[in-house]
Amino acid sequence: MRLRLEKRYTKPQNEQLLIAVISFGLALLVGSIIFLIYGANPFLAYGVMFQGAFGSSLGFTEVIVKAIPLMLTGLAVAIAATMLLWNIGCEGQFVFGALGATWAALYLTPDWPSYSVLPALIICGAAAGMLWALIPAILKAHFQVSEILTTLLLNYVAIIIMDHLYFGPWRDPDGMGFPGSALFPDAAALPRFFDSRIHLGLFLAIAATIVLHILLRHSKWGFRIRVIGKGPMAAQYAGMKVNREIIRVMLISGALAGLAGMSEVAGIHLRLQEGLSVGYGYDGIIVACLAGFRPKMVPIFALVLGGLIIGGEQLQSSMHLPASIVQVLEGALLLGFLASEALLRFRLRIITSSSPSPSTNNA
Amino acid sequence: MIDDIVFISQITIKSSIGVLLAAIGEIFAERSGILNLGVEGMMLVGALTGAAIGLAGGPPLLALGGGMLAGALLAMLHAFFSITLRADQTLSGLAIAILGGGLSNFLGRPIIGEVGIRLKAFPLPYLSDIPVIGEIFFNQSVLVYLAYLIIPFASYVLFHTRTGLKIRAVGDDAVSADVIGINVTAIRYCCTIFGGILAGLGGCYLSLAYTPGWKENMTAGQGWIAIAMVIFSLWSPYRAVLGALLFGGLTALQFFFQATGIEVIPVYILLMLPYLLTIGVLILVMHLKKGGKDGKSPRCLGVPFHREG
Repeated sequence: MRLRLEKRYTKPQNEQLLIAVISFGLALLVGSIIFLIYGANPFLAYGVMFQGAFGSSLGFTEVIVKAIPLMLTGLAVAIAATMLLWNIGCEGQFVFGALGATWAALYLTPDWPSYSVLPALIICGAAAGMLWALIPAILKAHFQVSEILTTLLLNYVAIIIMDHLYFGPWRDPDGMGFPGSALFPDAAALPRFFDSRIHLGLFLAIAATIVLHILLRHSKWGFRIRVIGKGPMAAQYAGMKVNREIIRVMLISGALAGLAGMSEVAGIHLRLQEGLSVGYGYDGIIVACLAGFRPKMVPIFALVLGGLIIGGEQLQSSMHLPASIVQVLEGALLLGFLASEALLRFRLRIITSSSPSPSTNNA
Repeated sequence: MIDDIVFISQITIKSSIGVLLAAIGEIFAERSGILNLGVEGMMLVGALTGAAIGLAGGPPLLALGGGMLAGALLAMLHAFFSITLRADQTLSGLAIAILGGGLSNFLGRPIIGEVGIRLKAFPLPYLSDIPVIGEIFFNQSVLVYLAYLIIPFASYVLFHTRTGLKIRAVGDDAVSADVIGINVTAIRYCCTIFGGILAGLGGCYLSLAYTPGWKENMTAGQGWIAIAMVIFSLWSPYRAVLGALLFGGLTALQFFFQATGIEVIPVYILLMLPYLLTIGVLILVMHLKKGGKDGKSPRCLGVPFHREG
């Protein structure tokens, strides 16, 4: 018996819906098996997760809070992937965004008029993310070094720099030895809304989604980078400056991830400290994939993943099951996405010795 | 002075074995044309399985076998996605890395910090009596000696046997290899799974010998370093040893500075160096390649193979 893939010539209807259903079906199945191995009832566990995320208005506002950085990193991955660039380094750019914002809040703007503080934070956060993305961008454009490995390795470097800063030079002098920077002044805290922790970052993320959607679909530049994504060689022959676009797109991607870091530190933590880098950069890859790398779909899947994360926290607090089940579900989601994509492109056929030629078998 | 050098050298070797085993496995996978970014996940799952079997009272051999099997299973998943389903290898590998990390964090929660098996240093008779060298090379854990054997074996298979020739042929030109009757799919499956076995073994080394017991994310990025080291090595096991020793040496220096209180280089710089050096090497490799001096990278790396028609 062998497995064989044959090309499909017609696309199934509702492609996007099918991909989502298959991915989530597979992820839930894998999760169930893992729950069973651990000795927990999967139905109960999923019930608790769903209830925790979508069962109360407090839970739901927290889902939105998680979705803010996920939207921004999801967009960052999606825009790069449009040009066939894999930005696995959103985590590092996120950390740098947080560093830029912290520097602006504690060292640049204390004496500035309060209306100018937040714009400074936003600019510094985005600029720091861009700076960290510039390294792999230049290496890719001018030395053909794979951005997959460089962006990933730089994540570790960024986290080491952040740890060094809040354990060392930026440690709060009044913190009684507690590792972390000083608290942000009030003027440097992003305003919050709806009696919840939902902060200004939400509107930044929504604005970024709309802008990117319009740029990608309705501008000459968007057309250019989509062409480069379909075939870099052809684009080169057509006279497009591929290297320049690589750098430009990576900078935009880095700025988005940097904004995510800025909004997380200035909207939630209000100081540089442990627990800031919890993998939003990597989650962004999953959001972008599930969204089919289309900006307008990113917010939806950011909410779904945010729901998973909050559900996982609920699971830990009320059933004492490790929240790392979320990571398992995320990995399975990504595999489910790849499997469903393959099944939509190809038809999986099981060949036994009794069915010799594919043409005799009309499935 | 001599004592310090012996101390640093011994820890250098100790710290390089996990990453070295994983890198040699990945060399096989990539030589056959499969890029497996899931090494970190396979190492973690291997480390957890080894530690858990040891804790349950299993003998060391069973713990090692279990760890290797766990790595192999995850690798098989990657092989299925990237070879049979022809999915994007970058994404499939990332998914394996995330899945492996999640599985080990979730299932390992109850046994964090508990130690079952501890593979202590086992001085080899006679060899360990050689002054300096004996202490550095032959007063190590059994798994280190196993690695000493795997390195030349891997290099021999890859460059001096028919099997190695087939592997390299598949990685360089899958279509031609297929035409002359090599089973591309089978070779790629075998090499990817072999990579998983060695990554699992590398994980076991960490959780049974290097720092016995299970800790969340105890590989701390070594799986990713292993992938970068494969490029560093230009896909050759012997040169991978060089890279691994470099990585081990930087780790050993950290220990040395901590133990003696001397800090010639700030620790946070030392921590960054393996990553930065790897990036430096990537640049160098690509530069050489541009000059046409490198014919070594597998040309079909990351390209799915399928026979038309």
